[in-house]
Amino acid sequence: MDDAPDLRAHPVRGAVGAAAAHDSAHKHVAGAAIYVDDIPEPPDLLHVWCVMSPHAHARIRSIDLADVRSAPGVIDAVSAADIPGKNDIGPMVAGEPILAEGIVEYVGQPVVAIAATSIKAARTAGALARVEYDVQPAVLTVDDALAQGLFVAPPVEFKRGDAAAALARAPNRLSGTFRIGGQDHFYLEGQVALAIPQEDGDLLIHSSTQHPSEVQKMVAKVLGLAANAVTVEVRRMGGGFGGKETQPAMFAAIAALLAQRTRRPVKLRLDRDDDMMITGKRHDFVVRWQAGFDGEGRITALDMDLAARAGHVADLSPAIVDRALFHADNCYYIPDVRLRGFACKTHTQSNTAFRGFGGPQGMIAIEEVVDAIARRLGRDPLAVRRVNFYGTTDRNVTPYHMVVEDNIVHGLVDELERWADYQERRRAIDAFNRTSPILKKGLALTPLKFGISFTATFYNQAGALLHVYTDGSVHLNHGGTEMGQGLFMKVAQIVAEELQIDVDRIKISATNTGKVPNTSATAASAGTDLNGAAAQIAARTIRGRLADFAAAHFAVPREAVRFRRNEVEAGANVVPFATLAALAYRARVQLSATGFYKTPKIHWDRDNARGRPFLYFAYGAAVAEVLVDTLTGEYKVTRADLLHDVGHSINPAIDRGQVEGGFIQGMGWLTTEELWFDAKGRLATHAPSTYKIPVASDLPRDFRVRLLEGARNAEDTVHRSKAVGEPPLMLANAVFFALKDAVAAAAGAAPSLAAPATPERVLLAIEDARGGAATP
Amino acid sequence: MSSEGRSLNDPIRFALDGAMHEITGVAPTTTVLEYLRGELRRCGTKEGCAEGDCGACTVVLAEPAPDGGLTYRAVNSCIQFVPTLDGRALITVENLAAPDGTLHPVQQAMVDCHGSQCGFCTPGFVMSLFALWHADKHPSRNAVEEALAGNLCRCTGYRPILDAALAMGKGAAADRFDTDAATLRTLLGRLARDTGLSYAAGGTRFWSPHSKAELFTILAAHPDAAILAGGTDFGLWVTKQHRRFDKIVWLGRLAELQQVARDGDVLSIGGAASWTAALPHLAALHPDLDAYFKRFASVQIRNAGTVGGNVANASPIGDGPPVLLALGAAVVLEGAAGARTLDLADFFQAYRRTALRPGEIVAAIRVPPLPPGTRFAAYKLSKRFDQDISTLAAAFAVSIDDGRVAAAKLGFGGMAAIPQRAAAAEAALTGQPWSLATVQTAMAALDRDFRPLDDLRGSARYRMAAARNLLLRFWHESQGNVATRVTAHG
Ligand SMILES: Cc1cc2nc3c(=O)[nH]c(=O)nc-3n(C[C@H](O)[C@H](O)[C@H](O)COP(=O)(O)OP(=O)(O)OC[C@H]3O[C@@H](n4cnc5c(N)ncnc54)[C@H](O)[C@@H]3O)c2cc1C
Ligand code: FES
Ligand code: FES
Repeated sequence: MDDAPDLRAHPVRGAVGAAAAHDSAHKHVAGAAIYVDDIPEPPDLLHVWCVMSPHAHARIRSIDLADVRSAPGVIDAVSAADIPGKNDIGPMVAGEPILAEGIVEYVGQPVVAIAATSIKAARTAGALARVEYDVQPAVLTVDDALAQGLFVAPPVEFKRGDAAAALARAPNRLSGTFRIGGQDHFYLEGQVALAIPQEDGDLLIHSSTQHPSEVQKMVAKVLGLAANAVTVEVRRMGGGFGGKETQPAMFAAIAALLAQRTRRPVKLRLDRDDDMMITGKRHDFVVRWQAGFDGEGRITALDMDLAARAGHVADLSPAIVDRALFHADNCYYIPDVRLRGFACKTHTQSNTAFRGFGGPQGMIAIEEVVDAIARRLGRDPLAVRRVNFYGTTDRNVTPYHMVVEDNIVHGLVDELERWADYQERRRAIDAFNRTSPILKKGLALTPLKFGISFTATFYNQAGALLHVYTDGSVHLNHGGTEMGQGLFMKVAQIVAEELQIDVDRIKISATNTGKVPNTSATAASAGTDLNGAAAQIAARTIRGRLADFAAAHFAVPREAVRFRRNEVEAGANVVPFATLAALAYRARVQLSATGFYKTPKIHWDRDNARGRPFLYFAYGAAVAEVLVDTLTGEYKVTRADLLHDVGHSINPAIDRGQVEGGFIQGMGWLTTEELWFDAKGRLATHAPSTYKIPVASDLPRDFRVRLLEGARNAEDTVHRSKAVGEPPLMLANAVFFALKDAVAAAAGAAPSLAAPATPERVLLAIEDARGGAATP
Repeated sequence: MSSEGRSLNDPIRFALDGAMHEITGVAPTTTVLEYLRGELRRCGTKEGCAEGDCGACTVVLAEPAPDGGLTYRAVNSCIQFVPTLDGRALITVENLAAPDGTLHPVQQAMVDCHGSQCGFCTPGFVMSLFALWHADKHPSRNAVEEALAGNLCRCTGYRPILDAALAMGKGAAADRFDTDAATLRTLLGRLARDTGLSYAAGGTRFWSPHSKAELFTILAAHPDAAILAGGTDFGLWVTKQHRRFDKIVWLGRLAELQQVARDGDVLSIGGAASWTAALPHLAALHPDLDAYFKRFASVQIRNAGTVGGNVANASPIGDGPPVLLALGAAVVLEGAAGARTLDLADFFQAYRRTALRPGEIVAAIRVPPLPPGTRFAAYKLSKRFDQDISTLAAAFAVSIDDGRVAAAKLGFGGMAAIPQRAAAAEAALTGQPWSLATVQTAMAALDRDFRPLDDLRGSARYRMAAARNLLLRFWHESQGNVATRVTAHG
């Protein structure tokens, strides 16, 4: 053995900072990773299909399931009347049914659930359900809901200073209306739950969920059971993106209800169309704003209303509208400001969490304002963005009265501007546009600042459970869930670092409500911050016990015990980690520990819209360049430069994956992903044939991505890392404003462009801004 | 012996895991994906949409190649029916790694490049890349993007997957399928039939005739039988509309109908030839048709879907008809009573109604060459460049003689209930000088030709504006002095 091993050159495999592969990478490529629908099917399994509302709004006059129940293969069929507990899975506001009760409020709402020996039998029997409706007028859009004053929660207001007075005295004023589309999650694996009856009427539920504790709680509530009678497990999801935060509870509860009644295992797996018809999406917003600004474009006053289409019930919409308001400043200081948020009630799917949780809509709204001001003044939008940046010592208080303490946007944007050659390209593009009558280029640089922490402070807690076995192998469990974001690997790396053992000695295990209870959703980008910290605490507890033991056993001072590279050094004694574990066991040292973490410093007074809701901010910025055909509206993102701050990265490969994946997902939201409802409120884009997420060729040919070097979180997070799940989505704002830039170049005037900027929207924006046909 | 005389229940036989696999008693409209996941509980292959659009279900079919090896074609198992496996080798993601667990070069490249996050799309990508690897170990970026157009990933943003595709050639140069090719060919040889397959289960009969004589005998006896070609439209009637079919006749094993060949000047595309087979021949007619038809669906769909099916399906937004109309193609319709040839423009009668009579099939599509001096272009507009149904498709063939338009054929899709030529716009061009003023008259004339569709893919306003502008683009391109196109692989 080396006398003096160089620890840095020979760290354990998969230590913190290593670009280790996703823990399931090998299984993914081999088709060996098991998702809920792949779990070996228990005998007597039943499959569920739901009869859905054909109407956007109707009273249910009657439900007759006699023919359904006698159809071939059908074992049971239920409606709301058959629910033994409470027909309510509302996470914030009570009264959100799993099966429609008395009234249907969107096309696609489950009304009846049928359990049969095959999905085909269940679906076929569905045609025999006799449900009679009295159709009612439906409210489908934000505009209609606003006009009628229909909301799922009271409006909220953030304010500082006197926006009205400041607007009145502003040297320049501008106002506008900006429409932002919604977005389907399009997780590749649809919603699925498998409920298996246990003894005593208990239930084991395999659910594709980001929030097992919520599924447990809601299933218990619907069935009238105690929470301890329901165990929820999830090893992995085939994507979540927020769509599996509250929504899986509905499907798990329906499966559980039928399992409870039939005493047979029941699976509910939605096919793509049913999934898209039933589940909520990212909220579409209508934003109305009025801004005052000086000659340089510095905003002096802003009055902005952000109205979201919540859908038929609240779900998480109030918190999502809050987060839109929290991000309607982005990186910009606004001296006098009033922001109002509205969660509009409509007869459509109940919109829900989606990567960014309202933040992206708030952020793009203020970017639209800044862009409009720049175009009004004829200045480059980047210059106007700059003059509005938060200061570091002054001009640093947000509309919700939190001081921005960790502002790095100036340096980050300077660096990106240089690295991406922004100014040179700006000139080149202007020159190109002067000589190219049909094709036009556009360029934009947009920054982002995203607040990290659940704004409901109590969610900012996490637990972990760690066992060391006598062969030195480790079992790791925590409340976070794996949806592809690499959380399990990052947390394992944190434990590997603490115990100084190779990460492959650590078994990553399924999230299970029986192991770590009362967990928060894996959401708000906080998965690693919370669960990584909890696991670190658990690992430190065990390491401490082992160190105490080793010191006593080898009779050396505690300081002489060191963990390094799968070994433990106690003075002159060096033993493998496994040996120490076995020795410690024989000496009756506890080799199992829990860890518990809660985020410090944060508080939020929702009634007064004041406080420090976030522990810190994540920052990033992007430059996008586009090429637009002004005859058809077709376009291509030809280059993107992304610079993103992940603090000190626990796994740069995984973090880069989040940055790139978030950017492309955000690009989809703002470009080709269009949710199209017909006049009756039916979603017509409910499958990939009609709903277009980006494909491989949409990735910009010239795609440059960097994690901000030498970054460290100013706050004491685990290894000074930063959350990375949601923020990079908003890097895609650059794509939208680059398109707008090209449209402006084509039209020779400030255009009005709504999101998503489909080729149709681009062409018509050009036509409209030119005041006629798009023909050059 | 006619297929009528033979047993109703030949088993479906195909190669799986290097051995012969037989299926009986499974309904013929069971998809390969349902069979894998449901009957075999072989769950590596995933369902993301059940409509051929996401690629999570991609599997590879191997068949003997003319050169003595094997051809590998990626298809969407979610819309392929099990009887179409007959005589082929089915390769799924579980087959790729060696028995000792060593990953296939494409799998290893995916791991090395961090190509999976949630992993749900991954088996499909791996299978698409596996098929690509067998065709080209060092593909260009364009080739990779084309090969992956039918695979959606919601997590990665594709960069690491593209990297993996570009790096996969660095691994081993041969895989176990190369090593075992001779054995598999022998097995496939044993599975070959010289007469058609006749299969029934679950109340549905399924025939796979091997000759036109067999086909027309079956159709004469069962004029109500549904005709199945690649199943890329048909499959969705089962997986999405949940329709039942009692009798199905599949054209996939009719060698006579798969031919794509020149007949003198004319390109003759067999009624059951796949888009993959037809594409190089169409591309040879005009370079635009290469890019245009590479934007037709995806590799998986083009491997299964046929030109004949596209024409017979008569969708107003199909991509084949606008081009074929502009090229002046004809269709050969054939039944027991013989064959007749029809101008394609006369084939489409009303929304999804064609000139096909019961018992008749589209036996061939005949495409004449472009007359000398003809300017041609084919344009497809869709929300997303790749793997998207057209909002609007247009193909123009304009013959210019001495500065004047001698003839004009303007084929459009998405502008009416059927694929249609723009008669008024054509008249506005014909006989006129080839000038911007003439083109502008033709643009205006489109108003008289069409009342465009107004739906989720595009408003009528957009379709009309873009249709006009495509004529303008065509004009600019004839002048050759300004750049006019943004391309899929820009
Ligand atoms: C994901 C996806 C993407 C697609 N993208 C495109 C696209 O970009 N552009 C486009 O145009 N289409 C697209 N399609 C539609 C489809 O792939 C094409 O229309 C294809 O050419 C149909 O051929 P097929 O052999 O699969 O037909 P099938 O599905 O087998 O049959 C279609 C219809 O034609 C009839 N039929 C088939 N062959 C004959 C024949 N020889 N004689 C008489 N009747 C016949 C059948 O009875 C049936 O009614 C897409 C489909 C999918 C699933
Ligand atoms: S499951 Fe989506 S293409 Fe087959
Ligand atoms: S890795 Fe999740 S969809 Fe591709």
